[in-house]
Amino acid sequence: MSNAPSSAMKTIKATARIGDIRAFAGFGAVSVGCLIFLYAPIVFLAAYSFNDGRSVSRWSGFSFRWYATVFGNENIQTAALNSVIIAIIAATVSTLLALGAAVATVNRRASGGEAAYLVLTFPLMVPEIVTAVASLVFFVAIGISLGFVTILMAHIVFCIPFAYLPIKARLEGLDASLPAAAADLYASPARAFARITLPLLVPGLLSGWLLAFIISLDDFIITALVAGPGATTLPLHIYGMLRLGMTPEVNAISTLMLGASTVLVLVSALIGKIGHKH
Amino acid sequence: MSARQLSLSSRVSPRLADLGLLGPAIAVILLFMVAPMAIMFVYSFLQAAPYGGVEWTFTTEAYSSILFERDFLDDSLTFTPDYLIIVARSVCQAGLATLLCLVISVPTAYYIATRPERQKNIWLVLITIPYWVNLLIRTIALLFVLRGDGPINAVLMQFGIISEPLPLSYNGFAVCLGLIYSFLPFMVLPLYSAFERFDFRLLEAAYDLYASRRIAFFRIVLPVMRPGLIAGSLLVFIPSIGSYLAPDILGGGKTLMIGNLIGTQFQSARNWPFGAALSMILLTLTLLVLLWLARRAGQQKSDCR
Repeated sequence: MSNAPSSAMKTIKATARIGDIRAFAGFGAVSVGCLIFLYAPIVFLAAYSFNDGRSVSRWSGFSFRWYATVFGNENIQTAALNSVIIAIIAATVSTLLALGAAVATVNRRASGGEAAYLVLTFPLMVPEIVTAVASLVFFVAIGISLGFVTILMAHIVFCIPFAYLPIKARLEGLDASLPAAAADLYASPARAFARITLPLLVPGLLSGWLLAFIISLDDFIITALVAGPGATTLPLHIYGMLRLGMTPEVNAISTLMLGASTVLVLVSALIGKIGHKH
Repeated sequence: MSARQLSLSSRVSPRLADLGLLGPAIAVILLFMVAPMAIMFVYSFLQAAPYGGVEWTFTTEAYSSILFERDFLDDSLTFTPDYLIIVARSVCQAGLATLLCLVISVPTAYYIATRPERQKNIWLVLITIPYWVNLLIRTIALLFVLRGDGPINAVLMQFGIISEPLPLSYNGFAVCLGLIYSFLPFMVLPLYSAFERFDFRLLEAAYDLYASRRIAFFRIVLPVMRPGLIAGSLLVFIPSIGSYLAPDILGGGKTLMIGNLIGTQFQSARNWPFGAALSMILLTLTLLVLLWLARRAGQQKSDCR
């Protein structure tokens, strides 16, 4: 009995494959081409980071020597440490700010909610170079000397929308009757939030934090303008290295950053998926 | 009155609680984002100080110097197209990049949207990864393959197709390719979510009425997709026009765009009011385009009702 429907399904599937009304000739080829275009440069860059020779054009055997050079370079270590510290603080602060904002804007659709949304996503709408120079002008005008602190402040600001959007999405997807049930069982609003809403928000918080972390780690142009002469981050250091020409060290450090971003994106996507299943 | 409302009103009013929750984030953005824009607006009407910064004298010099050059000797204004060319180049490069992104993204997004569920997810992850991966690194990767002695030229010369390396980098072509490479995922993803909602019965109906595949696609699919096409185009056009890295790294400093021109005013050129004026123009253009889009989206929503 179970055989008949499945064979019927098969014929349906087979006819669908032959005469899929949705298919257009050549679209598959363009899509594959699009992926090749997106990945080929990255793959080449990564492959040549394992090249034994000093040349970035001629392959002369497999080696990890450029990774050893990168890990042994004190300037790179300092820059990387700066980048990670700034990204952790910026992601944490912006996630906390975004959490408060999301709870306030989603839970009770108060008047002015649209205006609040506009302000919270404003950093996404301004061209990055404009944000960069405006931040520079602002810090100079109020007399904060450029350096680690100014980089951190700028990062917190542009990370807020990236942390806010996933938290907001998660909060909107929550069943509103759950905190109401908690309230019926005499939980105070604070207690209902801490014991019911917050645990359910964890996937949103994590993916928001991770996205903010990636955005902070990757930023170049805003950091470049508000960094001042003293402080440096990994992208700034890599840009400086590039000024001296394409070297295998640039390939190696770039490959490390590519790997880190990819892992973080996959983790964030995975968390989002787990969150959806609940 | 439920227990929840009761306990809330007995402690703090909800309005006050909202303010406490929402306040900090809003305050941070107003202080560090909106206030700096206001300062920039003011600075764009001031005189440039010789070593960066401004002098507090009102002038529209910064705006007029985009079009005119003041003669040092007799103070006369002469029209100079240099900056206008950079602005025009930015618009053209960003426009061309947007168009080519559309040409690549429409088939790709459509193809992904019509895949079975499992394949669809893999495709989406593959398109999403470059979206989040460091832009500087991706630009460097593109330079790496386009260089005179990079892999593309090496392969072409190996097979004797060319005898001299092709000039693929440090020119307008490389910048345009860089913009496409940078922002292509910005186009594919919104188009995908538009195609995902497409009602394929419309296509069936078109075929029933003897439409060819070509006519069905251009007369049925694309018109229905218009809002998605516009949204995707803006997501590419806006970051492209203010792009800094692609012209800087791939253009080799020879084909400047407005983003580089702004950056230079605050770095080596030290003409803050001029940079502020250019920033205001770029910002106004961007916000106008976004406003126009928001109004259109609003109209469409009310049309549906």
